Amino acid sequence: MTALDTLNPMSPLAAAIAKLFAAVLVILGLIFALVAVLVVFAIVRYRERPGAQLPRQILGSDRLEIVWTAIPILLLAVIFVFTVKVMHAASPSAASRSPDLLVVGHQWWWEVNYLKSGVVTANELHLPIGQRVLIRLESADVIHDFWVPRLGRKLDAIPGHPGYLWLEADAPGVYLGACAEFCGAEHAWMRFEVVAQPPAQFAAWEQAQLAVPPVPRPAPALAGRKLFVARTCVNCHRFAGTSADRHVGPDLTHLADRRMLAGGAVANTPSTLAQWLKDPNSIKPDSHMPNFQLSDAEVAELAAYLESTK
Amino acid sequence: MKGYELGETAVGAAVGGERAVWAPHESLLGWVASVDHKQIGIMYMVAAFAFFGLGGIEALLLRIQLAVPHNNFLSPETFNELFTMHGTTMIFLVAMPLLTGFTVYLVPLMIGARDMAFPRLNAMSFWLQVFGGVMLYFSFFARGAPNAGWFSYAPLSESAYSFGSGQDYWILSLLVMGIGTVAGAINVIATVATLRVRAMTMRRLPLFVWMTFVNSFLMLMALPILNAALVMLLIDRQLHAHFFTPASGGSAILWQHYFWGFGHPEVYIVILPAFGMISEIIPVFARKPIFGYEFVAASTVAIAFLSFAVWAHHMFAVGLSDVFNLFFAVASMSIAVPTGVKVFNWTATLYGGRLRFTTAMMFALAFLVMFTIGGLSGVSFAVVPIDWQLTDTYYLVAHLHYVFFGGTVLASFAGIYYWFPKLTGRMLSESLGKWHFWLSFIGLNLTFFVQHVLGMMGMPRRVFTYPDLPYWGALNMLSTVGAFVLLAAVVVFAWNLGVSLKHGEEAGDNPWDAWTLEWATSSPPPVDNFTRVPPVRGRRPLWDLAHPELADELQGRAA
Repeated sequence: MTALDTLNPMSPLAAAIAKLFAAVLVILGLIFALVAVLVVFAIVRYRERPGAQLPRQILGSDRLEIVWTAIPILLLAVIFVFTVKVMHAASPSAASRSPDLLVVGHQWWWEVNYLKSGVVTANELHLPIGQRVLIRLESADVIHDFWVPRLGRKLDAIPGHPGYLWLEADAPGVYLGACAEFCGAEHAWMRFEVVAQPPAQFAAWEQAQLAVPPVPRPAPALAGRKLFVARTCVNCHRFAGTSADRHVGPDLTHLADRRMLAGGAVANTPSTLAQWLKDPNSIKPDSHMPNFQLSDAEVAELAAYLESTK
Repeated sequence: MKGYELGETAVGAAVGGERAVWAPHESLLGWVASVDHKQIGIMYMVAAFAFFGLGGIEALLLRIQLAVPHNNFLSPETFNELFTMHGTTMIFLVAMPLLTGFTVYLVPLMIGARDMAFPRLNAMSFWLQVFGGVMLYFSFFARGAPNAGWFSYAPLSESAYSFGSGQDYWILSLLVMGIGTVAGAINVIATVATLRVRAMTMRRLPLFVWMTFVNSFLMLMALPILNAALVMLLIDRQLHAHFFTPASGGSAILWQHYFWGFGHPEVYIVILPAFGMISEIIPVFARKPIFGYEFVAASTVAIAFLSFAVWAHHMFAVGLSDVFNLFFAVASMSIAVPTGVKVFNWTATLYGGRLRFTTAMMFALAFLVMFTIGGLSGVSFAVVPIDWQLTDTYYLVAHLHYVFFGGTVLASFAGIYYWFPKLTGRMLSESLGKWHFWLSFIGLNLTFFVQHVLGMMGMPRRVFTYPDLPYWGALNMLSTVGAFVLLAAVVVFAWNLGVSLKHGEEAGDNPWDAWTLEWATSSPPPVDNFTRVPPVRGRRPLWDLAHPELADELQGRAA
């Protein structure tokens, strides 16, 4: 059961839906059982037996028609009342306040902006537990969909049509999220994680993210920094403390702190990072990160630089 | 061909001389140039079966790729092409032409007519269907198949993100088929409205005819929405307009309204004729009239009306207003009521009957139970908050396959076992039929039931691969195994078709003791269908002839 994320909620928003879902599943299951039992009983009881008479030619019964029209209507009316209630519980109006986070879907990664502190990260959203944050959801290209099953509803990220979504977690933990709207070649690896932390830890994380990394000392990392600034990396990425300040690709300032690479395709380790720099297609085919034909030495230097902020 | 003493009407009586003109042509040219509704109906079905093979192979490739996590059997682009083609094929090149094939073959026979109202238009509809299908598949040889999904959401389907020509082939082929479908719908409406044999009132119409008649109005109203939207998308792509491109002032959501404005009625378009077949087959093998004829027919009309007011339940995750969502929630829940009425009436028809478990009946009974699963899981998507969790997950994939495979496909298998003798003059093998049935039944549940669970675990749909999370690999592997069981079922079926066509038992005019008019003529019927149409005094003309003492008109209810 614990693997059934949609029935294993970790926030009041998701819990409201899970309760309704469980109740509706039971009702649907009972109706199915009724139909199945009726059909199976008929199959056993009314099978043709040798020498049987022609059955009585029954044309119908208005009373039964009324019964099996009225009972489903009543049942659905009850479900509808709970639908309205749970809609408000699971997705309250967002008109009352300004958003805390701006999340932007890109082919195929998530940009996360903390509007108050100015932290910018990607594919990993940190959250203080027990606090409800409001996300403004946008898309930079096609339609995506932001979904963390254990924390609540999903919402489309539609270009030209910003959406608002509440997010909250009851307990510390890592909650898996995914893009749920087909968005092109690498839709499968547009996953992300929500890391819920006690408020103090979250504040510490936010401070660390805001830190501008110093110019690294070790020779390979320093060489990597030169490469990073000289090469086309700066055309797409941001790295605090350098001239790189673009948001076409993920912000790389604190890449080393993140758990996963390439939208969840691989864990973030020095070797996967090196492989990613060497040949992005080997990890995530058709990703928009080009293969720059870097030499092994250049890969090592760049990786050393990106890892140096750890 | 037996003569009927009480022949009230004789569509065919005056046409003896015309037989020479309309004589059946068994040559290839005879088929290609045919305007005979029976030949066209069979060609529709053969074409649908060929595309069913292609769509099935695509599905197997998808399932192989998904069998284990982090698989790289297919590239993401190929996977996306294949699921786009699988969906488009199964809806537009299998379900629609197969059901249209049944419709144009059976409707004139069931109402005692000689042909469709517009035989040439009928041929045109069919050939547009074929050309559309060929054009869609030609895209594989022209820089790649479409890969934006059968729903082709903008702006992903726009030229900025789908730059191959596959998307344009997709648009044009659907447009060509859409025009043919609209023409076909007009044809069926005109046929049922004007060519019913005398005394075949609307209250005596076989339910299959009722449902295809209502269905034709659905097509007539739904397909133009798609056709218009396709033209707009084509103008966007080729002439750089901005209907659906938010970057230059268009609306991405507008496409969804158009697509589902067509798309949800479309769901009913590919299930109503299946309902019609079930409504014919279950009574015959229960040896009883359908329970609640009026309610089964009226609920079809209710479904047709409601189907135009439910489209936005595909869009609950878009983030439109609560009031908007609730309107569509109410409409979507409402549509479950007439659908439930049908299920209960079919079930009630069994009670007190004398059930004969032919393969056709077994498929019909399996339909009853499997479609109920698909119908009930559909209710979860009307409940907006549940939809917010489950839409675009494998739970939805499971749901739609219980509707389309458990519904349309099982009903079509039932229909093929039931009407094959009429079409060909020979019976399908019942022993191979039982193998076909059990493999289909097991394969269907093995493939699709576990997908409910995967969706509840959070697996999104349309992903070419997935992380190695607990149970995901095992459940996907089960689903893939199930798909191969289904392959075995289809192979047995194809074998049965081939063998029975040559060596099947002779069928005779009416092997099932059925009661609608198509069984009153020879198998296969002559080119002008009937020499004499038996008198129609109720809903079951041949039953009334065989059992005058039990005739429906004596039961007080039937018109």
